Amino acid sequence: MNPDFRAQVEALRPYLMRYASLQLRNREAAEDAVQETLLAALSAEGRFEGRSNLRTWITGILKHKCIDAVRRASRESPLPGEDAESAAADFDALFDEREHWREHPRPWEDPDGALHQKQFLQALEACLAGMPARTAQVFMLREHAGLDTDEICKELAITSTHCWVLLYRARMALRLCLEKTWFAK
Amino acid sequence: MNISCKRATELMSQEQDRDLTFGEWTALKTHLAICRGCRAVSGHFKTLRRALRLLSEK
Repeated sequence: MNPDFRAQVEALRPYLMRYASLQLRNREAAEDAVQETLLAALSAEGRFEGRSNLRTWITGILKHKCIDAVRRASRESPLPGEDAESAAADFDALFDEREHWREHPRPWEDPDGALHQKQFLQALEACLAGMPARTAQVFMLREHAGLDTDEICKELAITSTHCWVLLYRARMALRLCLEKTWFAK
Repeated sequence: MNISCKRATELMSQEQDRDLTFGEWTALKTHLAICRGCRAVSGHFKTLRRALRLLSEK
């Protein structure tokens, strides 16, 4: 094996750890996924051949390891029923009896500026950490790993309708959370 | 036909995950044209998507 290749792969470990931790919300599971990814990458050196960006290629491997981990986790210890999660994420209070806003949401002030601030991304991570497990997993596979809903549904054996409901809850919860912790300032 | 704000938020979310039907799309755009609150939420959802992209690149 080319020692350069090994060093380049190893250098990506911190990035991969961060990626997997956000995705799996569990340090041990993230470490396992990263370890498996590094081994898979090192043994597939011949297939990489510098065709694409190394980080992109290895992140692609890691995505699949993360999906495997989420799938395994949902099989081994099924998450609390959807009802428990839906009760926790009830947005009905936002709307009146005709399902119109009780209080009109307002545009966020300077979202572009926020996106450039490290503290904003930290606030976002804190909001993500506060979401119910299943909702967060599906949302992260969709938005962080960039998978499409068909793929997520198939991998996690849930219906597309269920998937859309979870993604809706995640987005609604995150906007409320960021509004409280960031944009209210 | 006018849809509720709640329905509009659902459609705005789903618009990020699938192609809306022509009926859904028209209903949503008509609603957004007259609803400030939902237009704001549409912006929030777009910002969220960009923020998550950024997070995955760090």
